[in-house]
Amino acid sequence: MRAYTEKIREIARRLLEACTVERVLGFRRGSVPMMNAPCFVKTPAEAANLVWDSNCGINLANYLTSRSEKIGIFAKGCDSRNIVTHIIENKIRREQLVIIGVPCHGMIDRHRIAAMADGEIREVVEDENNIIVQGDGFKKVHNRHDVLQANCAVCTHRNPVIYDELVADLVEEPGDVDRYRDVREIEALSAEGKWDFFDDLLHDCIRCYACRNACPLCYCPTCFVDESRPQWVGKSQDPVDVRTFHFLRAYHCAGRCTDCGACERACPVGINMRVFTKKLEKDCLEKFGWEAGLSLEARPPLDAYRPDDPDDFIR
Amino acid sequence: MKVIYIEKAQWASGLEKAGDSFRLWGPVRRGQFYAFEELAGGQVPALDFRNTRLSAKGLVYPQSEKMFEYTLDPGQPDHDLLKEAQKDYSPRAVLGIRPCDADAFELVARNFDTPEYQDPYWLRAREAVTLVGLACAAPCSTCFCTSAGSGPFSTKGLDILLVDSGGNFLAQVATPKGEAFAQAAGWRQPADDAAAAEIDRQRQVAEARIDSHVATERLRQQDTLTLHAAPFWDDVAFACINCGTCTYLCPTCWCFDIQDETHGRQGVRLRNWDSCMFPLFTLHGSGHNPRGQKVQRVRQRFMHKLKYYVDKYENGIQCVGCGRCVRHCPVNIDIRKVCELMNSYTLAGDSCAVVS
Repeated sequence: MRAYTEKIREIARRLLEACTVERVLGFRRGSVPMMNAPCFVKTPAEAANLVWDSNCGINLANYLTSRSEKIGIFAKGCDSRNIVTHIIENKIRREQLVIIGVPCHGMIDRHRIAAMADGEIREVVEDENNIIVQGDGFKKVHNRHDVLQANCAVCTHRNPVIYDELVADLVEEPGDVDRYRDVREIEALSAEGKWDFFDDLLHDCIRCYACRNACPLCYCPTCFVDESRPQWVGKSQDPVDVRTFHFLRAYHCAGRCTDCGACERACPVGINMRVFTKKLEKDCLEKFGWEAGLSLEARPPLDAYRPDDPDDFIR
Repeated sequence: MKVIYIEKAQWASGLEKAGDSFRLWGPVRRGQFYAFEELAGGQVPALDFRNTRLSAKGLVYPQSEKMFEYTLDPGQPDHDLLKEAQKDYSPRAVLGIRPCDADAFELVARNFDTPEYQDPYWLRAREAVTLVGLACAAPCSTCFCTSAGSGPFSTKGLDILLVDSGGNFLAQVATPKGEAFAQAAGWRQPADDAAAAEIDRQRQVAEARIDSHVATERLRQQDTLTLHAAPFWDDVAFACINCGTCTYLCPTCWCFDIQDETHGRQGVRLRNWDSCMFPLFTLHGSGHNPRGQKVQRVRQRFMHKLKYYVDKYENGIQCVGCGRCVRHCPVNIDIRKVCELMNSYTLAGDSCAVVS
């Protein structure tokens, strides 16, 4: 990762010195372990603040929406797919971007690592294969594959799908990944079983909307839950309103979600709301052969009509 | 302050006894974190936590609270009347609350209980609750309570402070409510002078372990409009996604929104936590929004906590230093750094400022 960081700084400095871009979007080191913060670098000197490691899980495409500058952006596989989606949805123009691809080794699950620690984590360092966690009186070494974010563990697009240059050689994409085991398990539940599962899943939701706001797809000027004239959804902790928010948000992401995991990562109470978007992702793959954000040429299945679309459900 | 011994062997049985006259809440492990939940009979609170994910504020000031209700059903004798919702204000005790979170109740009282206005819901709930705190022997790296007028062994807001002393708790009984709870639990073994010394020793050790310090001494004298116009807000706000994590996890954020909800012929008036991070927070009926941009909302949160409150109440910052927002902000916006920027800001030092 140190090599990535050095290369990233070098590229950012070069782009800013040559005025190829006005801003570079990357990560700086955060003030607590396992937490890097998105940052906008404006001068070549500031490029020295950029870092890259396994804590860059926030999706930087979220910061591109409706910007007018020329921007250099560091993009993992998922970020790049959301950049494609942003371009397709006219939220940014391709010409505005210099995309620096970051072949990804997966981001680590800070919530799970914290829960597994024997005390407060004071420092987390990593080498190629290991994540070394230290706190007062304890030290734990995790194999990085064991502590990846759940979405990264089943990722099949680690390499950026669109880029102008790369910070490193492309990584090998994992071959046989069962992406949808969790979805199939829920599909197999009875109606009551699903109800109980969702009830428990959303029990802790405090409606802070961190999931929505961390999501690059959620750029509506006014979200349906924030509409006040008319008001579609109640604002209390009534489970009906909490579920309405999560279900509808997921449907708005159908055919667009890249399973970047930003939602789950941002959630302060550990809700895996990805099961909703993954179900829709699975449906899009099975019914339309579609994976979001892979091509600037193809229209997403839910914004295009094709006579050969499956329509079995209408009968 | 009176100190009593509670043998740990008598902890569970004492709580069981107290349960006859108090409803009991305490930290319970929920997946990857701890939350305050009502304890079933015989259930003991988990005391091996660092702090709960959400503060205890919701026990007095619920995220959604019914204020009034009505029915339009002519078959009901009280139809067409807006009635105050009936609530349970029977005595309850919160066990294991951290001193910073207890102090937060004192802080928000400055808003809910003023000479001009007394919030009846908050006051009744606050009156009904006895706070049995657990001293922090091992504060987190993100804790800065000692910079925020609180401390790991502070008794502000607490009725009892428990200090873990191996086989015993040393319990400082700070108020008559605390006395009544100790009575109800049957804890009455007075501690000797050594106990007070032991508490003081532990307090000094805990305070020394806090390595996060935030300077606040210049906030009061800073010019409000100068701070408001400071050039650092764009940088502070850049990464912010405008979620409500910081405000909802915060023990001192008190803002709410009142909503009417109708279900057929019944209806309720609710108040829900609100967040200054949300655009709807300040949306006017005209459609105008005085804080329509993210940077304005981020600035508001910090200006309220670290300047407007400081000026209005002259009682420190609107923060108890629990560190939740620091630990759980999805994009690492750190109030300690923002406070430092605000506290140290000088126009003269800002040689690069563009005057527009």
